[in-house]
Amino acid sequence: MAERDDGHDLVEAERYELFAGPSYRFEVHRRDFFKVLGAGLVVAFALPSASGQESGGARRGDALPGDVSAWLHVGEDGRVSVFTGKAEVGQNIRTSLAQVVAEELKVPIASITMVMADTAVTPFDMGTFGSRTTPIMAAQLRKVAAAAREMLVDLAAQRWGVDRGTLVARAGAVAHSPSGRTAAYGELSKGQKLAKAIGDDVATVPAERWTVAGQSVPKVTGRDVVTGRHKYTSDLARPGMVYGRVLRAPSVGAALVSVDTAGAAALPGVTFVRDGDFVGVSAPTSHAAAAALDAVHAEWKPTPQPSGAELFEYLRKNPTDPQGADPRSRVVTGTVEAGLAAAATKLEATYTVAYIAHVPLEPRAAVAEWQDGALTVWTGTQRPFGVRTELAEAFRIPEEKVRVIVPDTGSGYGGKHTGEAAIEAARLAKAAGRPVKVVWTREEEFTWAYFRPAGVIDVRSGAGADGKLTAWEFHNYNSGASGIRTPYDVPNQKIEFHATRYPLRQGSYRGLAATANHFARESHMDEMAHALGQDPLDFRLKNLTDARLRAVLQAAAEKFGWGKTKATPERGFGLAGGVEKGGYVATCAEVTIARPSGEVRVTRAVTAFECGAIVNPDHLKNQVEGSVVMGLGGALFEAVRFDAGEVANPKLSLYRVPRFSDAPVLETVLLDRKDLPSAGAGETPIIGLAPAVAGALFAATGARRRSLPLAPEGVRA
Amino acid sequence: MPVIELTVNGTRRRLDADPQRSLLSVLREDLDLTGSKYGCGEGQCGACTVLLEGQPTRSCVVKVGALAGKSVTTIEGLEAGGQLHPLQQAFLDAGAMQCGYCTAGMIVAGAALLRRNVDPEEAEIRKALEGNVCRCGTYPRIVAAVRAAAALGTRTTRG
Repeated sequence: MAERDDGHDLVEAERYELFAGPSYRFEVHRRDFFKVLGAGLVVAFALPSASGQESGGARRGDALPGDVSAWLHVGEDGRVSVFTGKAEVGQNIRTSLAQVVAEELKVPIASITMVMADTAVTPFDMGTFGSRTTPIMAAQLRKVAAAAREMLVDLAAQRWGVDRGTLVARAGAVAHSPSGRTAAYGELSKGQKLAKAIGDDVATVPAERWTVAGQSVPKVTGRDVVTGRHKYTSDLARPGMVYGRVLRAPSVGAALVSVDTAGAAALPGVTFVRDGDFVGVSAPTSHAAAAALDAVHAEWKPTPQPSGAELFEYLRKNPTDPQGADPRSRVVTGTVEAGLAAAATKLEATYTVAYIAHVPLEPRAAVAEWQDGALTVWTGTQRPFGVRTELAEAFRIPEEKVRVIVPDTGSGYGGKHTGEAAIEAARLAKAAGRPVKVVWTREEEFTWAYFRPAGVIDVRSGAGADGKLTAWEFHNYNSGASGIRTPYDVPNQKIEFHATRYPLRQGSYRGLAATANHFARESHMDEMAHALGQDPLDFRLKNLTDARLRAVLQAAAEKFGWGKTKATPERGFGLAGGVEKGGYVATCAEVTIARPSGEVRVTRAVTAFECGAIVNPDHLKNQVEGSVVMGLGGALFEAVRFDAGEVANPKLSLYRVPRFSDAPVLETVLLDRKDLPSAGAGETPIIGLAPAVAGALFAATGARRRSLPLAPEGVRA
Repeated sequence: MPVIELTVNGTRRRLDADPQRSLLSVLREDLDLTGSKYGCGEGQCGACTVLLEGQPTRSCVVKVGALAGKSVTTIEGLEAGGQLHPLQQAFLDAGAMQCGYCTAGMIVAGAALLRRNVDPEEAEIRKALEGNVCRCGTYPRIVAAVRAAAALGTRTTRG
């Protein structure tokens, strides 16, 4: 997935997320399970693509089917271990996945151990992205847990010679109420070596009857977090471990000409590595490693790079798709020209989106250790199996020789899909002959990680005198195709995403391009509403039949008191909605402008969100609130400034992120649709804020702002 | 290397450390006190906040050589005898975290505020914590947690 060009990875967000490489197939042997986990009972979820495996049937022979995505073990002591390749990066899936297992298996959450994101013991997983954990992994674990519960009931029925219909599983035991007998799961699984593969056709508890799922269970690792006891990757230490640093180029695309290491080599305990363009050091402390790096003198040859001032022209002028546009995301319905000809009101506008950085508070980090030619790396990544592949390729060893373990990580937001720190630590460890830890500095994170893609979006639209849209044309250059389709009813549409060359390394980000596309689309809807002299909410509803999106728009508007207060030059109100990754969101924002300074603050944000049946209301609310706060940075002031391959603001003192004083009053309306499957929620709530803020700024100032960030220096108008 | 003596979480420690090293790196690498985090290295994010002589301090920009005879309290020093500091409990009760990487610095900075002001207003809390970044955006929950700890009348003598 990472092509090399000019020395930096060409990772395009959506393409990358949708086509994350071939699935790695492997055989899991029954005896391996029991050797590692001890006797008991194992249930695995086999993906439908598994070779002819009939779901629900016991597997012949010794092996479980290939494409297993999750499994669960009930030990002889009654402990439940759940294995999933997903990683915890702050979205609280360690808790929510334990909840769904507890629900189906009828055990206390405390008896469940979630074993996550360890390539040696958890099943293959493409990665923790795309809001897929809740709709896919949680649904699979539910079924696995339900099947395990039924196996335990069967064991009790056999043991007591009673009809299984008279048995009830609850609180980690099976009970036979006619006789008053009870057997704990541990008693039932004792001495057993039962393995079963299941598929989709396992009945689970409907959301209306949930008792553990659907509740605000606290973060299961909360106590370790508040005491500082939780070990993030950057906190780990191994015996004999030293600290590594890597020499960075002064600008993107610069080539290493020469290195003088005499100064570094003279320092005690320092190991120096040069391997091609890779130059790094390791030393007994991080301070000594930094000093050793400072003592390395390198000469670099820069290559010409696009200027920051011409970013948007550059994107427009450098298409890379031979077909002109991405066929997978293209929408063509009717004829835009005909729709425009029929329109009473026509609009045309261009919107732009700057590069922004994820700024995960824990920077990229890895600890690498070699033993007998095998490599173990602890690292904070959202793609442990992808990073395993990167390591195997980098060191030309089989993937079986590489183990990647992801401790619960200090956030990612889509920014930790790659394994740079892992590869660097492993290279340095190989040279040092001992474990090496690499923790990127904030400046490295700001410069050499990847960014949310910048983009240019051109929109043309037309509407009839009745306020109904007749034409919609939408072209996104570079920022991506997520959320590019309009949810509004328009008979004539042309929607295209155009891949381009781009000046800075770019990749996935929370919500991907859905933020950019919603910003452009919903801003344009706002503009059209004003052009027609209609209320922005009424105009949207007039062109919208999607009941779920209508519901969140109406819920947000009602809670906000939409239309009840008139905008002033000091205060404006805006609204936006959208659907993405199975979640429906509407945001109403109040913006306050200080006079005469022109400083802009988002003072109130109401978000209505609906993602099917709610698994954990408080954690969902937390994700919605966090999305809004993170989103207001990109909406108002965040931007990576750069020129000629150099980032100009690679520090927290130069790159502004939202702080306490930026956080608005947050109100969240959660619509719980117990009749619908649960969708993920870590991303979509972010997409409505920027266009809502843009609308609010227009309402206050009468000037339309079409570029994100909207007001990095405040507003003068 | 010179020996530096300082008190960490109530215990006298003798350190053989380059005096130019940051307090944060010594806590994390020499004393295995990894609760204090690196976030920016320039005192801008607050993840490394410790109490130095009772004052909230960015340990990433303090050189350990300047601390002879001083007293340092880290997040690990707030819990006493298995009993959480009231603010630690309040963070749990308020669900005031997502990834948790900023949490230790937030709690230490918040505990320092509560020591000098037993009942801070929301605006005072925001001001006191403005230098601490939560990239997950849990600010309103953190304010609520500090308010809740204050409401318990939790003037603490620890730390």
